[in-house]
Amino acid sequence: MRIVFEKRQSISRQALILVPVISFLVSLLLGAILLLISGANPLTTYAAMARGTFGSVYSLSETLVKAIPLMLTGLGVSIAFRMQFWNIGAEGQLVLGGVAAAWAALFLNGVIPDALLLPVAILVGMLAGAFWAGVPAGLKAYLGVDETLTSLMLNYVAILLASHLYYGPWRDPQGYGFPGTAQFPAAAWLPRLWGRAHWGLIFAVIAAALLWFILNRTRWGFELKIIGENKTAAHYLGINIARNVLLALLLSGALSGLAGACEVTGISRRLQQGLSIGYGYTAIIVAWMAQLNSFAVLFVAVLMGALLVGGDQVQMMMRLPASMGLVLQGMILFPMLAGSLFTEYRLRLIRREPATETPPATPVPGAEVQS
Amino acid sequence: MSVFALISSILTITLRAGTSLIYATVGEIYTERSGILNLGLEGMMLMGAVTAFATAFYTGSLWLALLVAVIVGGLLAALHAFLCVTMRANQVVSGLSITLFGSGLASFLGQRLGPASNNYFLVGMVGPKFTPIPIPFLNSLPLIGAFFNQDILTYIVYLLMPLAWFYLYKTRAGLSLRAVGESPQTADAMGIDVVRTRYLYTILGGMLTGLGGAHLSLAYTPGWTENLTGGRGWIVIALVIFAMWNPGRAVLGAVLFGGINAVQFRLQAAGTAIPAAFLNMLPYLTTILVLVVMTWWEALSKRIGAPAALGKAYMREEK
Repeated sequence: MRIVFEKRQSISRQALILVPVISFLVSLLLGAILLLISGANPLTTYAAMARGTFGSVYSLSETLVKAIPLMLTGLGVSIAFRMQFWNIGAEGQLVLGGVAAAWAALFLNGVIPDALLLPVAILVGMLAGAFWAGVPAGLKAYLGVDETLTSLMLNYVAILLASHLYYGPWRDPQGYGFPGTAQFPAAAWLPRLWGRAHWGLIFAVIAAALLWFILNRTRWGFELKIIGENKTAAHYLGINIARNVLLALLLSGALSGLAGACEVTGISRRLQQGLSIGYGYTAIIVAWMAQLNSFAVLFVAVLMGALLVGGDQVQMMMRLPASMGLVLQGMILFPMLAGSLFTEYRLRLIRREPATETPPATPVPGAEVQS
Repeated sequence: MSVFALISSILTITLRAGTSLIYATVGEIYTERSGILNLGLEGMMLMGAVTAFATAFYTGSLWLALLVAVIVGGLLAALHAFLCVTMRANQVVSGLSITLFGSGLASFLGQRLGPASNNYFLVGMVGPKFTPIPIPFLNSLPLIGAFFNQDILTYIVYLLMPLAWFYLYKTRAGLSLRAVGESPQTADAMGIDVVRTRYLYTILGGMLTGLGGAHLSLAYTPGWTENLTGGRGWIVIALVIFAMWNPGRAVLGAVLFGGINAVQFRLQAAGTAIPAAFLNMLPYLTTILVLVVMTWWEALSKRIGAPAALGKAYMREEK
């Protein structure tokens, strides 16, 4: 008897929802093992994490504080991933967005009317994020340079640039040596909803709705989907692949830039250390777990935000490293990846061994899955 | 300092900085030659580095530390192989997951495995390390001397490089490996076990990458700090392209990037007016430049160095 994979006639809807849910549970289970090894009680740890993330109005706002940048970068990454464009530069796009917004808030203050300061800061942040994604997108679209590495390398460049600015020329002279710029004028503060949860949440919800509309109801969205699914078909349908890749990536980067702009105007209200804490990388997990669905991104981002806040909680309460949250996040994708096979394939038991195991003498074209 | 001495000192640092890159580059070349793209190198290097340092710190044995790093790298690679070969997952996403998981876990372990007196942090601890072993007479030769004033892991590289080249191009096993990466169907028809080959070389690549990570925490910058690798695992993936998947050329990229490190180091020591942040951007900007040049050159020479089946799952059942 042997087990073979058989391709399903159509993608299983059930598996599409079940796989991420089971994956989350499996990662909690694996995390429990890690907790046991490091001498902590998994149940009390998870209970502490849950209380610290959803237990009160305040803790919920802290979860949202982490979830908002994950929503925006997650949405940005998912547009790129939908086209099979591996933009792993959301972190750098977020940082550069923050840098540009800080520039506007600090240096356009008094130059332009106060009422315009915040909108301009956010707009400049989005443009900077778009530009930072546009570099690897342009290199890919017009020269064919692999985007995975170029987008990633630019993360380091953006982070170094930001640290140079707040340690060097932009550093607050009255800051007692603290690495950061002066506080932005109040006109550049992004209003808060409650606690520290800010308007970024509204932007994220609007962005998700807009993206859903673009992808499902417009011709452009249709073109993007075809490019992602079959480049050859897209080419023969007369779709301009290079232009579409570039445009989609500008949008992707703009969303991450918006995340950065919201971070500096809504949370820290200055450019300082700690802007780059890995949201852009977690965004990859968010996008993939949400199966690139815009609304699911919002939901998954809250879950991942909770893991980050939960990590901080266990550090304070149980003296466990805060990176526990990162470990849990990192583990989610493994069962997810293993399980995604079941959305396209199902297992079948074959009772008897086939008569001969000899493969055919000639290679069969199409035996391989085109990715 | 004479010009000779300056060049010699830069060359010495170049080789030291390049060693971890060469291990990982050779490893990834073998993995990619089997058709598997592993973007998990950064996470695997970090895990190799932290586990090697912790082992050396507690046991005092550098060799045991290397063994642990090799096993850890191999295990993470085995996970990648399981997801990509058996479960046919998307190789890009699987590799990214390994990196995210590996970096998270390495950071966790770095804050957990340390001694109680240091709040369980490994950061700031001093452990045993590999020190340069000058080879008498040879190390005093002008310029060439730099090659013979290195630690043992660098000396092993001198043996590893030609061996890796010979195995890939001159042995039957190497031919099988290349066949699997170019056309798994043909290899299968020839009686080569595609699944076994892909597992084997993905794990081998992981072991070498773990070793590269261990060189960082035991020799190049002894000790553990968060994000010790600073993107080296990613740079290696570019170096594989730079080497055009030939282990014999892996040394070129490693020397280029080791050289950038060395020049950075020299300039900073000499107190240049260029802000450190801009000097530190050099390796990343160079990587982008290297990728652009390689892509352009490939298009020009109509030669594609990448294994044809790289990144694609092999489905035997669909015949």
